[in-house]
Amino acid sequence: MDFLIFQVPILMVQASLDGILLGILFALIAYGMALQWGVMNIINIAQGDLVILGGYITYFMYLSGIHPALGVIVAPAIMYFVGVGLYKLVINKVVDRDLFISILATFGISILFMQLMNFAFGADVVLANSDFGTTMLFNNSVTLPNSKIFAAVISIIFAIGLVFYMKKSKLGRAIRATAQNARAAKILGVDTEKVYAATFGINAALCGVAGALVAITFTIHPYMGLPYTIRSFMIVIIAGLGNLPGVAVSGMGLGVFEEFADYILGTEFRIGSVFLLLVLILVYRRFKLSRKREYLK
Amino acid sequence: MKNNNIILYAAILIFGVVAPFVLPAFKVQLSILCILIVLALTWNIQGGEMGYNTFGNILFYGLGMYLCASVQVGMFFPLAEWTESGGEKTFVHTPSQFFQGMAFGLLVAAIVPTIVAGLIGYAILGLRGHYFAICTLGLGVAAGEISGGIEIIGAGQGFTTPPFPEVGNLEARGEFFYFLSFIVLILTFVSVKAIYSTRFKLILNAIRDNEDKAEAMGIQTMKYKIIGWMISAFFCGLAGGIMGGLVGYIDSTDVAFDGREMGVFMVLMAILGGKGTLWGPVIGATIFHIFKEGFWTFFLGWQYVALGVLIVVIVIYFPEGIMGWLREKYPERFGEVVDEADRKAQVELK
Repeated sequence: MDFLIFQVPILMVQASLDGILLGILFALIAYGMALQWGVMNIINIAQGDLVILGGYITYFMYLSGIHPALGVIVAPAIMYFVGVGLYKLVINKVVDRDLFISILATFGISILFMQLMNFAFGADVVLANSDFGTTMLFNNSVTLPNSKIFAAVISIIFAIGLVFYMKKSKLGRAIRATAQNARAAKILGVDTEKVYAATFGINAALCGVAGALVAITFTIHPYMGLPYTIRSFMIVIIAGLGNLPGVAVSGMGLGVFEEFADYILGTEFRIGSVFLLLVLILVYRRFKLSRKREYLK
Repeated sequence: MKNNNIILYAAILIFGVVAPFVLPAFKVQLSILCILIVLALTWNIQGGEMGYNTFGNILFYGLGMYLCASVQVGMFFPLAEWTESGGEKTFVHTPSQFFQGMAFGLLVAAIVPTIVAGLIGYAILGLRGHYFAICTLGLGVAAGEISGGIEIIGAGQGFTTPPFPEVGNLEARGEFFYFLSFIVLILTFVSVKAIYSTRFKLILNAIRDNEDKAEAMGIQTMKYKIIGWMISAFFCGLAGGIMGGLVGYIDSTDVAFDGREMGVFMVLMAILGGKGTLWGPVIGATIFHIFKEGFWTFFLGWQYVALGVLIVVIVIYFPEGIMGWLREKYPERFGEVVDEADRKAQVELK
């Protein structure tokens, strides 16, 4: 326990700003998860590993001399096809089955990805340095790396872009129709198989963007995927499916919580506190609902 | 049929007793197999019979492991200095100290996780389906991360369990742990078999098939769910305690709360053998262990890739498991009455 943050109040501003910028990034990943959960009724444990894979694509661009900021365009383009491939190979066999089957199957994919990335890229913690510099606020007492601001702005742009795409485009309408009622959509001539593949691809592409941003602002490591999955799951269950402003707000809330936990409990308990928070939120909701003899659906 | 069963049990029992002397090279593997079967059997109480697919039994396993080792050390020596020395031979257990410590340790390792399961169960067994699965997954990982930050049980550098004492010139470590785990296996199997022949099992099945209806029938589902989880936790804690002594070294995320390996293994073994059957987890665990050891030896370094593929293949293509497949093929053997004419008609229809 360390209460420095209460003795030096300016650290709270620092933690809050860091948390909000981080949370916007989480919200982007959670958006992808909400999308495929809502449309395909699948919980993808490999979500975080897709993020890390996107990060490695950016890292390799950085190594070969291309500015890593371009990763936010290249990584989603590659990841879209990874997502579609994954759908064709595995996910299409678990779409209409028990949810636990999809959890286990994607857990298997997650382990597979983790290890393949470990072989391909090594077990070192790496980052793609963007050389964006830092911004100083409040008499130099709060420092914000510009890369974090960049990450937040790009996340918002992609999220808004996707919202418009879902509203206006033909595929977007097909996706929304399938989410509402897959059978009816099929009858009305929507090729749901294609819609599912595209949805999973879009989800993977969003993970790719987020991964590129993670590689620029933080660090990536083959085994760091699962916390991102848990974070996005948590954000989705707090906000509810299809509640975009809710996803954004709860994402930021989670980011701020994490930064404060980091300052107060210490960095070694950071991930642990995220997982504990998930359990606490679920338990809280369960007791609240059980008063009305209901349960989380 | 009855006679056949007795012969089968006798054969397994004799094999179990003789095995470490006939196959001395596989003593450790056989002990691990016993532990794996225990874990699969107890997972099946939740996942198979009750329909609550948990990733959280690893919590009790890891808890039992840490508790057993801590008690075994803490009864005779200062725990903090032991972990700090990292297993240096400054403190040595005499044989009587070792066995006393182990006995008390296993007792604590069985009882405390049971209580913990009761408390946690009250909180989270009200969740259903995938919310329960993810919540337990979170619990397991959180336990690993948090125990990795606690200094007195070794934090990141791990915890060395007391080495087996030398009794005279006998090197009996392998036999000791083998028989310990074999006894726990028999204990678990007998208890689970006994449970499965009572009303309790029917209640668990009712919860699995339709919890709301079970509740409407006047069954206090929460009570039975908690009891079911506590039974699992009891045996998981015991298994963890033995495994800690067998491995000789406890690390928070790689050995004790190893959600990525043991936590998934127990689910996988039960599914491979067949959920919701008595023998399924036993068969599944045995086959899985043989497969795994093969992979681990021949594909060294690629084992997680193999594991990932294995999970996907088992889950997608064999969700009913071996017992489920057998049941479909030979329904008569499972006591299902099949009308011969009806069956022929069905075959012709195809």
